[in-house]
Amino acid sequence: MRKDPEIDITEKLICYHCGEDCKDDEIKIGEKIFCCNGCKTVYELLDANDLCTYYSIDDTPGLTKKDDVKKNFDFLDDPDLKEKLIDFTDGKTTTVTFSIPQTHCSSCIWILENLYKLDEGIIHSEANFLKKIVSIKFNEEFTSLKKIVALLNSIGYEPDLNLAEKEVEKSAVINKRLWYKIGVAGFAAGNIMLFSFPEYLSLNEIGNDEIKPVFSYLNIVFSLPVFFYSASDYFISAYKGLKKKIVNVDVPISLGIIVLFLRSLYEIFSQTGVGYLDSMTALVFFLIVGKMFQNKTYAALNFERNYKSYFPIAVTIIKNKIETTKPVEKLTVGERILIKNGELVPADSVLINGNAFIDYSFVTGESNPVEKINGDLIYAGGRQVGGAIEVETVKEVSQSYLTRLWNTKAFDKEDESKIDAFVNIVSKYFTFIVITIAVVAGLYWFQIDSNLAFNALTAVLIIACPCALALSTPFTLGNSLRIFGKNKFYIKSTHIIETLAGITSIVMDKTGTITETQNAKVSFEGNSLTDYEKKLLRSLVRNSSHPLSKNIFGLYKTSDYYDISNYKEIPGKGISANADGNYIQIGSRTYVNEQPDNDNENLSTKVYLAINNVEKGFFKIGNIYRAKLKEVITALREDYNLSILSGDNDSERNLLLNFFDNKTDMHFRQSPYDKLNYIEKLQNSGEKVLMIGDGLNDAGALKTSNVGISVAENINNFSPACDGILDADSFDKLGKFIKFAKTSKSIIIVSFIISFFYNIIGLSFAVQGTLSPVISAILMPLSSISVVVFATLATNLIAKNRGLI
Amino acid sequence: MSVIFVLIGLSSFVAIIFLIAYIWSVKTGQYDDNYTPSVRILFDNEVKKKKSNIES
Repeated sequence: MRKDPEIDITEKLICYHCGEDCKDDEIKIGEKIFCCNGCKTVYELLDANDLCTYYSIDDTPGLTKKDDVKKNFDFLDDPDLKEKLIDFTDGKTTTVTFSIPQTHCSSCIWILENLYKLDEGIIHSEANFLKKIVSIKFNEEFTSLKKIVALLNSIGYEPDLNLAEKEVEKSAVINKRLWYKIGVAGFAAGNIMLFSFPEYLSLNEIGNDEIKPVFSYLNIVFSLPVFFYSASDYFISAYKGLKKKIVNVDVPISLGIIVLFLRSLYEIFSQTGVGYLDSMTALVFFLIVGKMFQNKTYAALNFERNYKSYFPIAVTIIKNKIETTKPVEKLTVGERILIKNGELVPADSVLINGNAFIDYSFVTGESNPVEKINGDLIYAGGRQVGGAIEVETVKEVSQSYLTRLWNTKAFDKEDESKIDAFVNIVSKYFTFIVITIAVVAGLYWFQIDSNLAFNALTAVLIIACPCALALSTPFTLGNSLRIFGKNKFYIKSTHIIETLAGITSIVMDKTGTITETQNAKVSFEGNSLTDYEKKLLRSLVRNSSHPLSKNIFGLYKTSDYYDISNYKEIPGKGISANADGNYIQIGSRTYVNEQPDNDNENLSTKVYLAINNVEKGFFKIGNIYRAKLKEVITALREDYNLSILSGDNDSERNLLLNFFDNKTDMHFRQSPYDKLNYIEKLQNSGEKVLMIGDGLNDAGALKTSNVGISVAENINNFSPACDGILDADSFDKLGKFIKFAKTSKSIIIVSFIISFFYNIIGLSFAVQGTLSPVISAILMPLSSISVVVFATLATNLIAKNRGLI
Repeated sequence: MSVIFVLIGLSSFVAIIFLIAYIWSVKTGQYDDNYTPSVRILFDNEVKKKKSNIES
């Protein structure tokens, strides 16, 4: 029995703008229903400007405006700040690039490129879907940066304004250079191969003596840019390695390329042969292809974020009772700041005025908002929930309790120290062995013929050039990185996979990492509520935007609501109103019952309910652990030492024991510094640590650990600096990912064996002094291709077997 | 046989033009975004269609 789809639509009310479920069909225009007034306003704005194509490209393309907070963008008039945000201006026309994390569908691209219809000052706007950015060119006479940001905000595409991300643009330039190099190498390799064709087919009788040298000299001309430009990275890397007394894989590669080039020049100028320039250019081309494959990056994700990306770029300050905005960077000690509902406290401050109810979940991991009274210290990074408060700064932004974390030595550390690539260890022995064979072969032939000795010596160095060896790692790891990406596990770069394969300890944060952040477990304790009471309750809480109210609202289902009057919301305490002749209160125990809450034995959050001043019971709000946490932990705890570091109190210790065993090290009330120190302590005892965290409070630990993975429910939201971002939906695959990383390493080892096999064949020709350019031209690409094919197929097959593709 | 020198010269010249074209395409950022243009091209059609609908 299948349901008629039309009935489904009438049963379920979906917002025309954002596609979220609607509570009722109160808010509508014609037949279009909206979940909230915010969504309706966006529709009206687009409709008035004839932009309703937005809704026809993709269904319900919008983003909910339910939690919308009215924002003030006055700070964008600050010339210093403006200059930092824009790309270019000549006083009249200005170009600016905004990061729009909300970009998610074709409609988004369309609306972002049709901004000129909404603001006549906008000359042109162009979206980049993959990077989730939009560049806007506008006329300063008709509009301003502030107006554009406000416009984007009003249609639900608020730009992610921060100064930190403006600084990250270097990698794009490096990437482009690689594109040029591959172009030059491919061009030269193709042409040289064509010129060498007569030689391959032994067409010497046709190509008479006039043409042969011309081809050879042309080959030299084409190979020059490859040798001096395309291959230069390998020489530089080898030189740097040798300077540090490390024989990395680029050393034998460089040696091979140089010998190939010099011997070819010698053969051509002395007219003893045609040289191996075709092999050399093809080799460089393959190597760069491998490099490009390895360099897969997730353009829209940022792995380098620090607190600057999380903090607002400007705050409202109060000076002589006048409100002005000021960039956060210029904030000094002793300034009064106005913090509105939902805003962050940018620097350690003292509360001066207002009911502060600070949500530190991001900073400490403590999941429940904390109430503060006048004179209390509020740490930077806390988010105000409720009404506006006034605070006075006591420290500068960079010197605050949390932000000082970025001044610790963990953040000075070069990332390279983490790299301990397996291929470099192998290449050390490889280089040594190859040079030994070359010298032995040379000495052996020297007794017979000095010419042959030179021939054999160089041939060994040429054929042993570990092209296949150098390609197996990028292709295996590059492919694994893509497989992880398909499973919503995004890794910064390929060497992280190798490190991940070698970890011995796993440290996890609790709140937001192994628990869900968006949902909470709500249960009611007390006399069970009648349907009438449930309806009263829902009529009250639906007016509040407090997260706890939303949790309680979602607990029951009722069809409609009573009109309420006398609605009062006391931030940090609770809400009350009259509905259908009853007085309903919900909030803390002191608020509801005028009784102190002296129940300290259970520390989980409780919200009390009273109807007509009679206490009915309380709602208990606890964490929901991620789905399949038990399976993940059971699989991991056999092979790894597990630890839990939580900023929260230990009220859930017993619950956690259901998932973890007694061997697990559990620490509660951990500050960001405690976490960092804990990781360092583990590392000092020889452990390789994988840290899994989510918030700013884990930033230090993530950075210090060998591999730091940040769990995110929305990967485009803020995540601290880390090596990988794991979408919360894929948390259950964590064990599989680590296992697959280990498999990747085994695949690399098998690829090495294959590549050695080819080397042995090649060397057997080389030591006999019979290596001809044709054999070299066949053997070198063949070994490279077979290693690449093997690495790609093996990773894909195993991933398929394990359900990762 | 000397015609072969002319041909080599010509073919190399053409090949170099292609190399320059490639470098130019990288430089002007044609590889920076390989997704959005594929979506954008569809928009133009749609807008035109809509206009013609209104006209007719």
